[in-house]
Amino acid sequence: MSPLDLLVVAPLVFMVLSLLAGGWQRSLLALAIATMAALSVWLMTLDPGTAHVVGGWELPLGVLLRADGLAQMLVPAVTLTAGLTGLYALHQFAPESHASNAQTAAFWPLYYLMWSAANAAFLTTDLFNLYVTLEMASIAAVAMAAMGSVRAALRYLLIALLGSIFYLLGVALILSRYGTVDVTLLAGMAEADFATALALALMTGGLLVKAALFPLHGWLPPAHAAAPAPASALLSGLVVKIGFVITVRLWFEGLAAAATPAGLHVLGGIGALAILFGSLQAIRQESLKALVAYSTVAQIGYLFLAFPLIAGAGHAWAGLSFHAVAHMIAKAAMFLAAGLMLKAAAGPRIADLAGLARAMPLTVTAFGLAAVSLMGLPPSGGFSAKFLLVDAALRQGQAIHAAVMLIGGLLAAVYLFRPLAVAFSGSETPVVPPKAPSMVAAPLALALAALLLGFAGGPLADLATGGAPATVAPEPLPALEDTVETASEDEQ
Amino acid sequence: MTAFLPLALLTLPLVAALISFALPDTRAAWRDATNIIFALVKLVLVGFLLLQAQGGVDFEWRYEFLPGHDFVLRVDAIALLFVTLSTFLWLIATIYAIAYFERGPNLARFFGFFNLCVLSATGVAISGTAITFFSFYELLTLATWPLVVHKGDEKSLTAGRVYLTYTLAGSAAFLAGILWLKALVGPLEFAAPPDLSPVPTLTLILIFVLLIGGLGVKAALLPFHGWLPQAMAAPAPVSALLHAVAVVKAGAYGILRVVHDIYGAGTVADLGLGLPLAFLASATILYGSLRAVMQNDIKKRLAYSTVSQVSYIVLGASLAGPIAAVGALVHLVHQGIMKITLFMCAGALANRLHIKAVTELDGAGRLMPVTMASFTIGALGMIGVPPVAGFISKWYLGSGGLEAGDAWVIAVLAGSSLLNSAYFLPLLYRAWLLPPQGDHAPVAELTGGWNRMLVLPAAVTALASLGAGLFASFPFSPLEWVSLIVDAGYLR
Repeated sequence: MSPLDLLVVAPLVFMVLSLLAGGWQRSLLALAIATMAALSVWLMTLDPGTAHVVGGWELPLGVLLRADGLAQMLVPAVTLTAGLTGLYALHQFAPESHASNAQTAAFWPLYYLMWSAANAAFLTTDLFNLYVTLEMASIAAVAMAAMGSVRAALRYLLIALLGSIFYLLGVALILSRYGTVDVTLLAGMAEADFATALALALMTGGLLVKAALFPLHGWLPPAHAAAPAPASALLSGLVVKIGFVITVRLWFEGLAAAATPAGLHVLGGIGALAILFGSLQAIRQESLKALVAYSTVAQIGYLFLAFPLIAGAGHAWAGLSFHAVAHMIAKAAMFLAAGLMLKAAAGPRIADLAGLARAMPLTVTAFGLAAVSLMGLPPSGGFSAKFLLVDAALRQGQAIHAAVMLIGGLLAAVYLFRPLAVAFSGSETPVVPPKAPSMVAAPLALALAALLLGFAGGPLADLATGGAPATVAPEPLPALEDTVETASEDEQ
Repeated sequence: MTAFLPLALLTLPLVAALISFALPDTRAAWRDATNIIFALVKLVLVGFLLLQAQGGVDFEWRYEFLPGHDFVLRVDAIALLFVTLSTFLWLIATIYAIAYFERGPNLARFFGFFNLCVLSATGVAISGTAITFFSFYELLTLATWPLVVHKGDEKSLTAGRVYLTYTLAGSAAFLAGILWLKALVGPLEFAAPPDLSPVPTLTLILIFVLLIGGLGVKAALLPFHGWLPQAMAAPAPVSALLHAVAVVKAGAYGILRVVHDIYGAGTVADLGLGLPLAFLASATILYGSLRAVMQNDIKKRLAYSTVSQVSYIVLGASLAGPIAAVGALVHLVHQGIMKITLFMCAGALANRLHIKAVTELDGAGRLMPVTMASFTIGALGMIGVPPVAGFISKWYLGSGGLEAGDAWVIAVLAGSSLLNSAYFLPLLYRAWLLPPQGDHAPVAELTGGWNRMLVLPAAVTALASLGAGLFASFPFSPLEWVSLIVDAGYLR
């Protein structure tokens, strides 16, 4: 056994156990967190590029699991996010809680299913296997969304199915053209012909739906805003990243041959529009959770905006990986904090949050720290990510992309400081005693992690670029390096 | 070991902040003690650094926080000047703030952010690269916002919103500027200016505008000064710190760094940028003074006075030549101690006598003689009456203007002094020569712990500004120190 298998299989085992656990969910979760944390540490110590064929079947028959830098960053981040969200959910979906029994019984299997799907999606390189993870994640996500609003969940289900169909069509095309669906094998074989380009377009279209990239984001805000807080945290943190990571695998590794600069620029342009559109929508929201959900639409934009920057000078690949991790952690923190704030507030609207900074200082702190990372202000993981991306954009002369990212940060400040300002208003609110310490601690710990990420930029960037696909500039050189040699030497 | 001393300068306020956040209001006495003790310890540390610096030792701490980007803390002579000022004034302002609020609500939060604000100001001072500077500059924005909205009423929230709008937009421009320049010439260390010759002139000018425009927001340069008078909604200790060492000084200090460390005074002059900047600073000086004359609210009048006075520093920085540089640097210190005196006095008057408007000042000199005496010294210094410190600044700025061949500077200074008299002398006249209006009894300023702590800090800084002028030619006076820095080749 290798940690790669276990990271996928263990959550499935916990899923089965959770169906049988009854009143033992707490112990089961503790066991799951300990196991997954240990496996994640093991994963991080592996050499980048370490791969493992499941069950001993060689490629192209078998299924390859691989630990590259992106997976080595994302899987531990999933462990952190899912683990802490689980601790929070214990008090919302406990047998003695006010949640209905059906919800309590349903949440935990779905939770572990989603965990497994996320790990599998980040580790596997098999396009069909990736399809399975997409479906696993979609099933869990739709069911969790249904806990809040069945209507939003149905809409989500229909759109997710549509996305799957497109993706599957593309996979079929690839299989008939190349006889394999393994990304690492495809990387050596793929050609820039029409069939490949069509397959790439079909799969990308399907994946963009899953990743909720503007203008295919319509399903996300209602579903994420209506779901219970821990479910929203997982939906915004984990699920949308799956579609994104598969897109990355296709465009920069498996089908990189067919990924034309024009195509990359189209994706980048859509990403830029997503940033602006999502931010402007977030500014218009009156409900707190809808605001946070639209913020996800905007933040997804950064991930795709980075696409045309990957191959050029700078550290866009590291910036992209950072952004995926920082957004996962910070957004989960923000949804969890928002859940607590809304429970204490008079209503779901932002105006109802008055006085909460005094009533629940730790929770508002968590919200504020997560906001710092999402706005991309220092010191935070979000800042490191945006910094590397803006730096790369400017080095490559993409001034418009740089400007969009900076404006996106300002717009994020506009919508995120609004709930904070309301929370700071009034000063005579009584202090709300926390219901359970771990419920307060979970968002705070996640937000602090997002902040601390900003201090570990150097080592983490090394980790992210380890085993990065060949399309990523291996040793990024500063622009104008021939004219100012001394400067670039200093930098090294 | 000495490499960690710069880090210790930041750790002390950080720990004080965390302790302040953690202690509940029932432990207010502990919190007060912690704050004062940490401020004292930091002062001792700064004293030690000063002695070391006499021996020509520079302290540096370096850490690669992102690939190709070093996070550098460097305590050089000019940084030490700013750090000493901020540490001294932090101690004073802490004592004052404790007495000002006594046992009001939400003080754990207040002192926590107060300390974070000091951390950021210290970080701004000892930043060794443009990126490091930006990080602390932005942190300063975040740490001061909760202080500005501290009261939680509509006026404070509006002020907070305006403050964020201006400063975040400014920092985005600044970040764009440094990343753009960095993409062209490599890392921007605050040591010797990089070789800018490969960069086209127009690009250099554009970047300069971005940088100075971004920093000019916090330095309240025309036309970006609008936030400062509004920020008066904050409590008096916050205004005192904001105007003396924290926010506006960070902007002015940044402009000094850009002109002398990133571009180099020679390049700025060659590009023809020095004179426009000097004109802008002069316009701000006169405009701020004119607006100050029109204000009836004392704090607003002081705020517009800050708009005017901070631009003296910018004026000195933009004129070529060592004498003007001495004037700029020494005014950084002098304006700090004089302005904090004025704000602490205004706060004491509002707190004890509910005097907020100029027209209510009648007879205040009889009711609070010590406070009004301190205020008088500060006001005379601002006007430039010898031997108070402000005179020294104006003398050097004027001589610097003559040396640089810009005799019009004398006219600006004279005009400003005239206007300064026009907005300060009526206050002094009303306070000392008119009879009290209401039936206020004289305040026992020197009996009772709270009263003493409220009144004496201003007296100390008033004496300091008198001393800085009287003993300007003695060793360790701000002027002597600044002259040493400039003689050592800095700011040439």
